[in-house]
Amino acid sequence: MRKVDVSSVLGASAENPEGLESCIDVSGLNLYYAKDKRALNGIDLKIPKQRVTAFIGPSGCGKSSLLRCLNRMNDLVDDCVIDGLIEIDGEDIYSKHVDVADLRRRVGMVFQKPNPFPKSIYENVAYGLRIQGINSKRVLDEVVEKSLRAAALWDEVKDRLHDSALGMSGGQQQRLVIARTIAVEPEVLLLDEPASALDPISTLKIEELIHELKRDYTIVIVTHNMQQAARVSDFTAFMYMGDMVEFDATDNIFTNPAKKQTEDYITGRYG
Amino acid sequence: MKISASKWLSSGTPFVWLNAGAVAISILMVVGLLGLLTVRGMAHFWPTDVMQANYAPPVAFGSVMSTEVLGEKVETESVSSIQIASSGIPVDESIPTYERELVKLGNRDVTGADFAWLLSSYISDIRYPANVVVLERREWGNFYGFLSGVKESGERVVQGAGDDAALWDEFEQRLSRALAIHDEIYRIEKQEIGEVNYALERLRLNQRGLELDGAFDAETEAEFAAQREELGSEYALLQQDLVVLNQTIERDSAQFFAANGAEIEVEFADIVRAYRPNQMGFAEKLLTYFAKLGEFLTDEPREANTEGGIFPAIFGTVMMVLLMSVFVTPFGVVAAVYLREYARQGFVTQAIRIAVNNLAGVPSIVYGVFGLGFFIYIIGAEVDQLFYPEALPAPTFGTPGLLWASLTLALLTVPVVIVATEEGLARIPRSVREGSLALGATKFETLWRVVLPMASPAMMTGLILAVARAAGEVAPLMLVGVVKLAPSLPLDGNYPYLHLDQKFMHLGFHIYDVGFQSPNIEAARPLVFATALLLVIVIAGLNLSAVALRNRLREKFKSLEV
Repeated sequence: MRKVDVSSVLGASAENPEGLESCIDVSGLNLYYAKDKRALNGIDLKIPKQRVTAFIGPSGCGKSSLLRCLNRMNDLVDDCVIDGLIEIDGEDIYSKHVDVADLRRRVGMVFQKPNPFPKSIYENVAYGLRIQGINSKRVLDEVVEKSLRAAALWDEVKDRLHDSALGMSGGQQQRLVIARTIAVEPEVLLLDEPASALDPISTLKIEELIHELKRDYTIVIVTHNMQQAARVSDFTAFMYMGDMVEFDATDNIFTNPAKKQTEDYITGRYG
Repeated sequence: MKISASKWLSSGTPFVWLNAGAVAISILMVVGLLGLLTVRGMAHFWPTDVMQANYAPPVAFGSVMSTEVLGEKVETESVSSIQIASSGIPVDESIPTYERELVKLGNRDVTGADFAWLLSSYISDIRYPANVVVLERREWGNFYGFLSGVKESGERVVQGAGDDAALWDEFEQRLSRALAIHDEIYRIEKQEIGEVNYALERLRLNQRGLELDGAFDAETEAEFAAQREELGSEYALLQQDLVVLNQTIERDSAQFFAANGAEIEVEFADIVRAYRPNQMGFAEKLLTYFAKLGEFLTDEPREANTEGGIFPAIFGTVMMVLLMSVFVTPFGVVAAVYLREYARQGFVTQAIRIAVNNLAGVPSIVYGVFGLGFFIYIIGAEVDQLFYPEALPAPTFGTPGLLWASLTLALLTVPVVIVATEEGLARIPRSVREGSLALGATKFETLWRVVLPMASPAMMTGLILAVARAAGEVAPLMLVGVVKLAPSLPLDGNYPYLHLDQKFMHLGFHIYDVGFQSPNIEAARPLVFATALLLVIVIAGLNLSAVALRNRLREKFKSLEV
């Protein structure tokens, strides 16, 4: 396996997140799954534009919940209550006037387990466009190729675009899901443990892909794997029990954490 | 080595035996059922040898009544002598049981009954004469006798006795001519005259409709009269053709000696099939067997359903099940989608779900009563008032018919479809739905483009169960549309081709009718088995096609477990 040197991957080594233009502004966010079951406690966070931000923390710390707030996926959970403010490009996404479907198109999401639709590879990628009413074959062909190329999948599947996506390997499926997500040209990509169900080689490919994609997208990734966070992200947020413990440049978090809790977690003392 | 009982018990061996035994018994019962139906039903079409014998049972005071009998042996059983004695035959009561044989004697027009129980001990002189002829007739059932002559316009053309082969050739030639003419008569009566009558009836209804609207003036009256006259002359022409054909078919007749020596004349127009089983080889018998089986499958019933075929019943059953599927699938799926996807899961949805499940357990006759009271008397009557006022007071949809029967059965089976579809929807992984939503699809788009296609195998499962239940259902149908004998099929060449208002025949009801409402029990019994077997085959066929469709869908939407 290729060894990824942390400082070389981090393009903007040890930038201060406060100094960058932010894409997502979270302030005072609380989330309850039931009346007395609070999952997030007053989260404040500024996620910088066109950078990779990683959420790390032990299981149940709320990192996935926070991620799912960013494209309102939690709306689907019954009895889930949210207060606080989340702004994407200055727009309150929980405002009544927001079209949720449009928001989700702008904030794409890739899940832990690859979830291709039981359709052909081509139709999987074209799905988002068809939803928008785009059915022109010329446009679709173009977007499908572009998206599959961007997801580093084109060369592997170009001869079997019309085969079922369910026949692909897990790693290919996950890249297909990423291709499907970028086909609708989102501004933000949310990755919820995208490599946790994959083998090391597929994981490496996904990580390389993330590195490629951050030029065009703001990426937020939830991961259990601290090496992965160190390898792919510019900024890292450490969460614990629903609190945002520390948020800083990845370099600082991993080499010189400000909080004792962060240091304990990174050095493997708990979690 | 001796194994202790408790060890043997905990090893699981007895449990495996128990389970395997249950499976074995189930298989035995199914195979036995099918075997019984096949043997009892299918043997009926085999051309059995015809036996001639002398039967001389004691009558009274030592005297004996001797008769010649001619017929097919059907079955043998033993009866207690007391029972026979009490029926008036003075047998020796010291012998505990007597053998008796059921013989199909035919000739119902001559003897009054075409089956008789004969005591084996008094049958003597059994022989199988080669020239016995079996006639299947359009009326009065089978005839058994010896061909003695063929007549044309009352004149004997060939004399029998001397040259048997020549006589039989002459007979067969004239029979095939008569059958061809009969087919032509049937075609004219059923199709051409049927079409004219249908057109006349529509004309009458159109005129009545115009009268009701007050739009019937002198001009249209003349137009209608002209059309009616045209149809009338067409009808007269066809009628003329029929008269001529009837005269031609009645030209020939054949003469036979019956078992009792009487000479009987049979018109060729009355004969469906004639064969001489005692001189047929196996291959010939096989051919006749399949011809009779083919007639059973493709012909209309004759003689109060005890003869002929059951094609209208097969057609009606399949038609009704298909219509029911068309109604029940979308309805059940839509209801299940609401219950599972849109309705707030809580006490009310749970209560509805329980109610739906219980609906599946309501006795089917209750649905029949509901169908009659609601669909026919309320909806049907309203439909007649609104759309068919010209036909009133004769009801169009306000009477039992195919549409109402299908709807009633759809109602009966909708719980099954709802439950199966709901289960299918519940099995679709959340991750796939979220994947679609995350791409900016609305809930509806997600349902329509991803979830429903993936749940389609489950819907098919529901449909399979629904078909299995509906095809075998008889009780409610008796109230909402099935009849003993339907004059025409619900699908024909007359516009609008599919007649949803028509009554129809059904295999299940046919079994009941033939088995229990028939005047001629012995003749009907094998048909009951044959019809039952056919019903099983039809249901199995419908189910297998649905299963094949489901398997194709399953293959397409192979589950997403990674």
